[in-house]
Amino acid sequence: MSSLTSYLLVSALIFSIGLAGALTRRSAILVLIGIELMLNAANLNFIAFWRYGPNPQALTGVMFAIFSIGIAAAEAAVGLGIVLAVYRHSKTTELDQMNSMKG
Amino acid sequence: MTATFLILAAITIAGTVAAMAMRNLVHCVLALTLGFAGLAALYLQLGAQFVGLTQVLVYVGAVAILAVFVIMMTQKPAQTTESIFSSFWLTGSLIAALVFAVLGWAIYSSRLTSAIVSPHVEAAVRPIGDALMHRFVLPLEIMGLLLTAALIGAVVVAIQEKRGSA
Amino acid sequence: MHSAIQQADQIFVALQHRVAGYLPVKFQSIADVILSVIAIVLVFAFLFAVTTVLERKGLGRIQNRYGPNRVGPAGFFQPLADGVKSLTKEDLVPRAADQAVHFMAPVLLVIAAFLAYAVLPVGRNMVLADLNAGVLFFFAVGTLVELAVFMAGWSSRNKYSLLGAMRAIAQMISYEVPLVLASIVVIMAAGSLSTVSIVNMQTGYSGIWPHWFVLTPWGFAGFNLFMIAATAESNRSPFDLPEGESEIIAGYYIEYSGFKFALFFLGEYLGMFATSGLAITLFLGGWAAPFSFLTWIPSYLWFFAKLLLMIAIFIWIRGTLPRLRMDQLMNFAWQFMLPMTLINVFAAGVWHFMPGGVIRWLVCAVLLIVPAVLLSRGLKQGKKFEARTYRFAE
Repeated sequence: MSSLTSYLLVSALIFSIGLAGALTRRSAILVLIGIELMLNAANLNFIAFWRYGPNPQALTGVMFAIFSIGIAAAEAAVGLGIVLAVYRHSKTTELDQMNSMKG
Repeated sequence: MTATFLILAAITIAGTVAAMAMRNLVHCVLALTLGFAGLAALYLQLGAQFVGLTQVLVYVGAVAILAVFVIMMTQKPAQTTESIFSSFWLTGSLIAALVFAVLGWAIYSSRLTSAIVSPHVEAAVRPIGDALMHRFVLPLEIMGLLLTAALIGAVVVAIQEKRGSA
Repeated sequence: MHSAIQQADQIFVALQHRVAGYLPVKFQSIADVILSVIAIVLVFAFLFAVTTVLERKGLGRIQNRYGPNRVGPAGFFQPLADGVKSLTKEDLVPRAADQAVHFMAPVLLVIAAFLAYAVLPVGRNMVLADLNAGVLFFFAVGTLVELAVFMAGWSSRNKYSLLGAMRAIAQMISYEVPLVLASIVVIMAAGSLSTVSIVNMQTGYSGIWPHWFVLTPWGFAGFNLFMIAATAESNRSPFDLPEGESEIIAGYYIEYSGFKFALFFLGEYLGMFATSGLAITLFLGGWAAPFSFLTWIPSYLWFFAKLLLMIAIFIWIRGTLPRLRMDQLMNFAWQFMLPMTLINVFAAGVWHFMPGGVIRWLVCAVLLIVPAVLLSRGLKQGKKFEARTYRFAE
């Protein structure tokens, strides 16, 4: 098994864990965290492909990872802000109980 | 595949699994920071120093702390005894397992990954800065705009309206 | 350089290589690292012990009392007594506390504080790791401190410790922005994130005057802004709200006793030394001598002389200024520090692109002084500073 394959496998595992968390947890905060984990798995892929890819001098994978980290930060800020706003209305962060469109 | 890689991968996966499976939300976030730190170490091991350190700065320093703040503001003090998983947890985990199976199969069967030789490369800070200022200057500007918009948006969404004024 | 002087300068580096040389070649690089780590831990732990007694004596003088004067000559063995006391005290953990997190918080704090020293050059060729992104490493490690503070405050299950932790984190996050922005000017000027090359940029002399970044308008402003933000980051007075004894007892470490409390104390001081060390590295020329005719004194002595000076200033400020209020603290961070650091970045850019001379000095100084005056007037607006009536004090 080559190095790239092992990194890709770890990344796939992290992605699946994040997906499982996002799909199964009841807390909205942990669903957001699951999405963050999936983004992180993608970042690991970018870095691994950059490192073992044909043209590492171009730094494309690294650039992609940097921008992706920035996007993830923005996503976390807005997502957690929405969780707070929803909590103010319905007094819960459990996704099962957010079943009404009325504020 | 070296011993360092195995240890770091084990730490990362243990952290992420714990983050998704623990009952107490704060414990989840603390386990998550372990996972993020493990990922940062993996980046460092791959030679991407700048990305690894940015990962620690952004995820451990900002995202995890933000999540902890939101947990503090929303969690009720009483411990709930009901399940932490939602009613369709079985479907969800099946989907995740399926995704992992497909990804793993794709990685194993691809011919591309087994043929590449690995020269030693390292992403120094100076070339990254050059690339950000020349080739990637437009994405950088858009990124700044997005972050500003997200900052203002998060404040607008989360701010508490005073009773009677809104 | 004269060879005897050079030997005195490099004596610790030579010693390290001598000791590592006794080992087989395979282990030499690891032995080098371990020796450096041991040296850092011992030196800065000793400096911590010295600083505690100096601070208590200095504060005592400022407050017109003696300070510790019983143990050893003039009370200078007080840290030993303190150490024995904290080691023999009972280690209490609240019954409701989260045992594991409660235990990990002080450990994480001290580890994070020591990690920061890895990139500080304390002398010529005396740095543990010359990282390509050294300054970034320093700030990344600094964020671990926030996490440790949160863990301590949350796991204690005490409302005062939680309040203290929330205050501390809000303050640290707010002041991290100006801290990083204030150091960006140096990174712009040096064109590098490596602490070693930043110091090397400042080792030259014009006449007898050094090329320190603090001797430029943007460097001077940056240094002051950096030090204000660093005071807030290390929770020192006048920004010591997270542990204000009169308001929330002792903040996030109320429920810690004995050795764990000592670890918190150690971590806090180590953080202060580390940010001071970074300020010295970025603005005050690191280990470089202040005048060209003083270069014969070994480089590490200069670094520690500057560090002791910074510590003295910290103690002086702590003894002089009263504590701020939470809203004042936040307003100051977002309405004064943040705009000033951004303007400072602009001024550094102007400095870089203008031809050298007096005009450059004037333009940059005006660029910085005018907004500083306007911003501080804006902060003062709508507030009357009159003699206060203390309703409950009479």
